[in-house]
Amino acid sequence: MTDTKINIHQPNPEAPTPLEAARLTGGARPEDIESLRLQAAVYVYEAPVRMWHWLNAAAITVLIVTGYLIASPPPTMEIAEATDQFVFGYIRFAHFAAGMVLTVAFLGRIWWAFIGNRHSRQMFYVPVWNPRWWRELFFELRWYVFLEKEPKKYIGHNPLAHAAMFTFITLGMTFMIVTGFALYAEGTGQGSVPDLMFGWVLEMAGNSMRLHTLHHLGMWAITLFAIIHIYAAIREDIMSRQSMITTIISGWRTFKDDRVE
Amino acid sequence: MPQIETFYDVMRRQGITRRSFMKYCSLTAAALGLGPAFVPKIAHAMETKPRTPVIWVHGLECTCCSESFIRSAHPLAKDVVLSMISLDYDDTLMAAAGHAAEAALADTIEKYKGNYILAVEGNPPLNEDGMFCIIGGRPFVEQLREAAQHAKAIISWGACASYGCVQAAAPNPTRATPVHKVITDKPIIKVPGCPPIAEVMTGVITYMLTFDRLPELDRQGRPAMFYSQRIHDKCYRRPHFDAGQFVEEWDDDYARKGYCLYKMGCKGPTTYNACSTVRWNEGVSFPIQSGHGCIGCSEDGFWDQGGFYDRLTTIKQFGVEATADQVGFATVGVVGAGIAAHVAASALKRAQKKSQDAAQHEKTEA
Repeated sequence: MTDTKINIHQPNPEAPTPLEAARLTGGARPEDIESLRLQAAVYVYEAPVRMWHWLNAAAITVLIVTGYLIASPPPTMEIAEATDQFVFGYIRFAHFAAGMVLTVAFLGRIWWAFIGNRHSRQMFYVPVWNPRWWRELFFELRWYVFLEKEPKKYIGHNPLAHAAMFTFITLGMTFMIVTGFALYAEGTGQGSVPDLMFGWVLEMAGNSMRLHTLHHLGMWAITLFAIIHIYAAIREDIMSRQSMITTIISGWRTFKDDRVE
Repeated sequence: MPQIETFYDVMRRQGITRRSFMKYCSLTAAALGLGPAFVPKIAHAMETKPRTPVIWVHGLECTCCSESFIRSAHPLAKDVVLSMISLDYDDTLMAAAGHAAEAALADTIEKYKGNYILAVEGNPPLNEDGMFCIIGGRPFVEQLREAAQHAKAIISWGACASYGCVQAAAPNPTRATPVHKVITDKPIIKVPGCPPIAEVMTGVITYMLTFDRLPELDRQGRPAMFYSQRIHDKCYRRPHFDAGQFVEEWDDDYARKGYCLYKMGCKGPTTYNACSTVRWNEGVSFPIQSGHGCIGCSEDGFWDQGGFYDRLTTIKQFGVEATADQVGFATVGVVGAGIAAHVAASALKRAQKKSQDAAQHEKTEA
C-alpha cells in the first residue's frame, strides 16, 4: 500500500504486510491496521447499520411468514360474520406494513452508505474489476469446502459474503421492493402514486399472475439467503479468526489471534 | 362521402321510440362512466353523425366475440348496435359470400380510405407464410395488412386479437400472433376477454362514435373504463376474502355459503375486466356469482399460467413443472441437508485439527 503514511508499530520489520487480502480487496485502511495492532478490534458496523440490520431481519421474517400465508391461506375460520372478521385482511395488512418498513429502512440504509463509514458502502457494489478480489473469493470458497486449513482475517465482509450480500440483499431486495409495490399498486388502483411509480412493472411482466409468481420465487430466494446467512454467521463466529455475531450487535470486530494475515 | 343514415334514423326506422332511444343514451353514458351531462351529447352525436363504417375481419378464432356482441344485453343492442356502425364487411354476419363478399371489402376500403374502423376478431398465424388461416384463398395476415393500411383505428376484439389466446398458447405451432405485433403503425384498442362482455364491446364503439376519438387506454392499450380494475376489486365475495373465509372444496358447506373462491384458484385477483360490475347476460350473473372461480380469460397468456383451479400456478422453466412453493421447499430441503452435512464436516475437521495441534504441542514440549 503506497499511501501508508502513518507510522505503524511493526514489531518485526521483516514481517509481511499485514491484512494483505483485506487491503487489496478494499476492506482495510492503514488506520484500520493500526487500530488492529493497538486494540485488536475495529469498529465496523455503525449504529444505523446495525439498527437497519435487525429491523430488516424482523421485517423480512414478517414478510416471509405473511407472504407465504397470502399465497396459501390458513383454513377457513368462522369466528364471526364476514363483516366483523378480518383475519386475512390483517395478514395482508401485516405484509404491506412490513413491506413499507423494509422499504423505508432500505432507503435509509442507502442514504447511510453515502455518509457512513467505508463498510456501510461495501454491500452496494462488488469489485468485479479487481482480480485480487476474485482470487480471495475463490480462497474463501476453498475454505468452505475444507480445502484451506485456516481462513483469512477480514474487517468487513469476506469476498464470498460480500457477493452473497450484494446478490440477495442489494439486488434481491430491490427486486422484491419493486415487484411488491407493483402488486400493491394493483390494489391502490390506476392513477394512484404506487401505480404511477411501479405500474410499468406489471406491464413488463405481461400479466399479474406471472408477477405474483416472480415475487413468490423471490421470497424463496430470500428465505434461502436467510438460512445460509445465519448458518455462515454462526459457523464463522466459531471457526473463523474474528467475531461475527457480536459484531452485528456491538459494531466491533474483534480478532482471536494477532497474526497479520 | 356518400349519404349514410345517422344512428337515430336507423333506430327510428326500426320502430324504436325516442323514449327508448334516450334511455339507451343514458345507460350508455352510465356504462362509460360519464356524468348525466353527457347523455344529450351522446344523443346529439347519434342523431347527427353518419354511421362509422366498420370492417370486421376474422382470423384464427372461435367467433365467441361475435356471439357475445350480438347478445349485447341492452334492449336496443341486437338491432341498433349492429346498425349503429355501418358494418360493411363481416364475413360471418354478412349475406354476401365468396367473390361478392371480397368485392365488398375492397369497395369499402376504397370508399372510406382513412375513415373506417377495422375490427379484428382472432389473430393471424404467421408460420408457413400464414397458411394456417386462409380467407378468400389468401392468408388472413394479408387481408389484415391490407385492411389495416387505410384504417383510422383498429379494435382488437377478444383475447385472440389482443394477446393470442388458446391458439398462441405454448408451443404455438402456427405462430398465432396478436394484432398489435403485426400492425404497428395504427392506434389499437384491445378489448380482451374470451369473449369480451357484450356491453363492453358496444360501449367502446359508442364512445368512439360519440367523441370521435379513442377512449382513454391503460398501459396495455385497454379501455380504462372497463379494464382499470380487477375482478377482485369489485367482487361481491370480497368480504369473505378479507375475513379469510374460503371455499376449501367444491362441494363443501363453504361453497354453499358463497365464500371466496381464492383457494379454488379463482383468478379474480390477477384479472382486469368488468365482469364483477357489468356482469353477463343482461347483468344476470358472472362466473364467481355462479360459484366458479374466474379463469382470467382477459389476461395476456392466460392459457399458460398453470391450472384454472390452482392458487399457485406452475412454472415450466428447465423442463420442470412445479409451483413456486414446490421449487422453494425443494431448494430449502437441499440447502438444509447441505448445511447439516457441512456442520458435521466442520465439526470433524475442527476435532481433527484440535488433536493435531495437541499432538504438535506435545511434541514441541517434549
